[in-house]
Amino acid sequence: MQIDLTVNGKRASLDVEPRLLLAHALRDYLNLTGTHIGCDTSSCGACTVLLDGVSVKSCTVFAVQASGHAVTTIEGIGNADSLHPMQEAFWSAHGLQCGYCTTGMIVSAVDLLQRNPDPSDDEIRAGLEGNLCRCTGYENIVKAVRAAGAAMRSGEARHSVNELMPIHPPREEPPPSGEGIIPQQLQETKA
Amino acid sequence: MAFTAMVGARIRRREDPRLITGRATYVDDVRQVGTVYAAFVRSPYGHAKITSIDTSAAKGDPHVLAVYTGEDLHHAHNLKASLPVAHKMPDLKTPPHYVLALDEVRVIGEAVAIVVADSPYTARDAAEKVVVEYDELPAVVDTEKAAAGPPYVHESLGTNVAFTMPFSAGDPDKAFAEADVVVKQRIVNQRVAPVPIEPRSMVANYDAGMQQLTLYSATQIPHLLRTQLAIVLGLPENKIRAIAPEVGGGFGAKLNVYAEEVVVSWVAMQLERPVKYIETRSECFQAMIHGRDQIDDLEIAAKNDGTITGLRLKITANMGAYHQLLTPVVPTLTLLMAHGCYKFENIQAEVVGVFTNTMSTDAYRGAGRPEATFFIERAIDMVAQRLKLDPADVRRKNFIANSAFPHTTATGLTYDSGDYETTMDKALALADYTGLRKRQEELRKQGRYLGIGLSTYVEVCGMGPSAAMPAAGWDSATIRIEPTGSITVLTGVSPHGQGQETTFAQIVADELGVPIDQISVIHGDTDKVQYGVGTFGSRGTAVGGAALKLAIDTIQAKAIKIAAHQWEANPDDLEYRDGKIQVKGDPSKTMSTPEAGFLAFMGDNLPPGLEPGLDATRRFEPPNFVFPFGTHICVVEVDAQSGQVEVVKYFAVDDCGRLINPMIAGGQVHGGIAQGLSQALFEEVVYDDRGQLLTGTLMDYAIPHAEQVPHYELDHTVTPTTVNPLGIKGIGEAGTIGSTPAVANAVIDALAPFGVVHIDMPLKPEKLWAAMQAKPTNGSVQ
Ligand code: FES
Ligand code: FES
Repeated sequence: MQIDLTVNGKRASLDVEPRLLLAHALRDYLNLTGTHIGCDTSSCGACTVLLDGVSVKSCTVFAVQASGHAVTTIEGIGNADSLHPMQEAFWSAHGLQCGYCTTGMIVSAVDLLQRNPDPSDDEIRAGLEGNLCRCTGYENIVKAVRAAGAAMRSGEARHSVNELMPIHPPREEPPPSGEGIIPQQLQETKA
Repeated sequence: MAFTAMVGARIRRREDPRLITGRATYVDDVRQVGTVYAAFVRSPYGHAKITSIDTSAAKGDPHVLAVYTGEDLHHAHNLKASLPVAHKMPDLKTPPHYVLALDEVRVIGEAVAIVVADSPYTARDAAEKVVVEYDELPAVVDTEKAAAGPPYVHESLGTNVAFTMPFSAGDPDKAFAEADVVVKQRIVNQRVAPVPIEPRSMVANYDAGMQQLTLYSATQIPHLLRTQLAIVLGLPENKIRAIAPEVGGGFGAKLNVYAEEVVVSWVAMQLERPVKYIETRSECFQAMIHGRDQIDDLEIAAKNDGTITGLRLKITANMGAYHQLLTPVVPTLTLLMAHGCYKFENIQAEVVGVFTNTMSTDAYRGAGRPEATFFIERAIDMVAQRLKLDPADVRRKNFIANSAFPHTTATGLTYDSGDYETTMDKALALADYTGLRKRQEELRKQGRYLGIGLSTYVEVCGMGPSAAMPAAGWDSATIRIEPTGSITVLTGVSPHGQGQETTFAQIVADELGVPIDQISVIHGDTDKVQYGVGTFGSRGTAVGGAALKLAIDTIQAKAIKIAAHQWEANPDDLEYRDGKIQVKGDPSKTMSTPEAGFLAFMGDNLPPGLEPGLDATRRFEPPNFVFPFGTHICVVEVDAQSGQVEVVKYFAVDDCGRLINPMIAGGQVHGGIAQGLSQALFEEVVYDDRGQLLTGTLMDYAIPHAEQVPHYELDHTVTPTTVNPLGIKGIGEAGTIGSTPAVANAVIDALAPFGVVHIDMPLKPEKLWAAMQAKPTNGSVQ
């Protein structure tokens, strides 16, 4: 079947089997491999993308259902030159370890903030209930979403990876435990 | 270390940009022209004879390239080798474990045939067309029933007992004869599934011209995997390249050599095309190793003041149907740690490993030590409850004293260092333990049930001295100063979320005085990196990082010789200070490591006899394990109406020695706590009597969502170890080991007014509700 959709702002025309899942269309036809697959029961959320701006599990949508619609994948959320505040916050707050759940988690969190720009910690936890992470214990994910919300509400400019990548601190005065390397609000008081 | 700017800093991880932008390459993201796709036909029975396999319909499918059965591999192609089990146990029964079942299947999900087709969808379609006829055989899934007699998982063995290991130290009989109280309890440590969010994934390719096999696999051990592939496939090891690209979590489940890895590699050789196999989550639940599954029968002898004088223990461990790589080793680690952080001199124990018609158990985060910590921490609480003592006081009474280190335990380990009381006191203060106990009293009067659970753990990790390991225990590092000044680090460990691309660069940045963005840490490719043992047993930094430190020492010593020659000075008069070479005590003239590296590259002005180039490969053989420890305190409230558990607070004070990046160490603790807590409250792999898996999807098997875990409050103490030159201990498994008993102790403490002494995990509402139907007593203990 012929389908036409917009993915990350670009038109795409694909000839697909009716049973092809959107997740596979994105990964295997469009080579957008940032969308991951972690289960076969719509449980894990690793495959989350935005369909017309709203989060969906792309393993639970047929590619043909996306025809005529706009899909945003993690690759379209931000890139190394211009990170989405949510991506930056996950990085700064150590909201990821193996990274496998992370792309779907970030997309879900972006969707969450669209619906609720200033969620409480409990609302963040409830809002991410469709996404499983086995590595982080969620603590730093919650912290990241909170920080991203603050950044987005204050209209902070996007940063590039290069601006944020740690380099050697000044040799003359070694900072105590990384002060100035990570924004203060993201430093745990205790670790 | 002389100079610490980066070490100790909470810098952002350098691996993250690719992960947060979706530009990382996991195995399923590897794209190779001409790739074909595999699907496995798997046993629907727990135990059955294969009476016939008809592959003709599948072979007739135009999308299908090949179908192979066990018969094909074993007879037509002579691939007879069995999957490896690494052990040093003289009497271990090791029945063959073929990569595709031959004649009989012994566990649900066992691979029976492989189908290769032109897309993942057509491969699955064709797998459905393979018709396998079975005669179902009686299955056994209950460990104790299996130990007692038939039916046998492996008929030819005439038993299901894989091994028994007796142990005795001190005089346990005397201890029990003289005890004031004896506490007996049978504790079931239930079977759990590791569930990394990335399932097992692999793609193999065979270059017939070069006669080289390349296997990308989501593994924690690329080099060990290569060695085992060479053995099983009968190939020269130098013609195999194993690559662990980005790996989406492991937790021990990817510390293995799986049948699928061998079969997919072999098929790629037959077809001379890249063959990809990505398992489904349902397959993962069936055929990826499971963890735990022990029955621990415990007797503890104690004096009235809470001093524990003796331990009798029987560990009955469910091995599953076959040995995977470390299956029989795991319960022996439980025995090794049976005394925890306490001075138990008199121990009598027996470990029994039993085959059943279930998936193999193997190393899952903690691997044997969580089981030990669980029963010992539960036992301490039971002694406290029986004697009406505070559980913190009973712990304090039995701790190995600070003055006793190094301390040789009854099971023969030597704990080099420890300070258990300080971490416990810090945790008690952090949690306001006294205040919590008061609050508990008040709430009980109102019919609300708060529970406070302690766990004071020590674990053995940094695996480990080679002599104490089933295979090599060392690890390796190479540092190369490139001509233009950037630095390449090749590490033998294989991180998959632990962040060593960052922490190792932090160490090198400080020691060799280069900006961290000029350091690249490479891992996970056997054609790039010297042999390394891999990432497991909380050894990445404790062993791999120690090897890195040795390589730094070698680089520095050579750079100093080069500088000395330039400056016509005596090398003995020079030193590294703040990452640069200078005359001792005189910073007016310096030489950087890249400058020394450039001179070493030019090669025309070097001291006589010194080889050109500035690089070093070093290996670290750990003289001992390391023994991180800590205290976890969990506070729960159990709802009397529903049995629902709310985790109100969680405190963890851990000691893993020096911290390279506290943010990363904290993350390891968070994740570990969540996994351990989840075992206590939610997780359980269940098979029915015929070996059908009842928890085969993420709908039936509960791993926690964000809402189901609490906020964790962390602190730490620093007791460096002398076992390695960095003074660090592993932190990867500590959270898992410490948390399960803390949570269980809290829940059972909440139920103390109902006379509850012990309830087996997972502590689900229905069990708790049932226990709370007794009439509560008013006191805090029964
Ligand atoms: S892959 Fe879509 S929810 Fe798991
Ligand atoms: S970071 Fe590994 S699963 Fe979330």
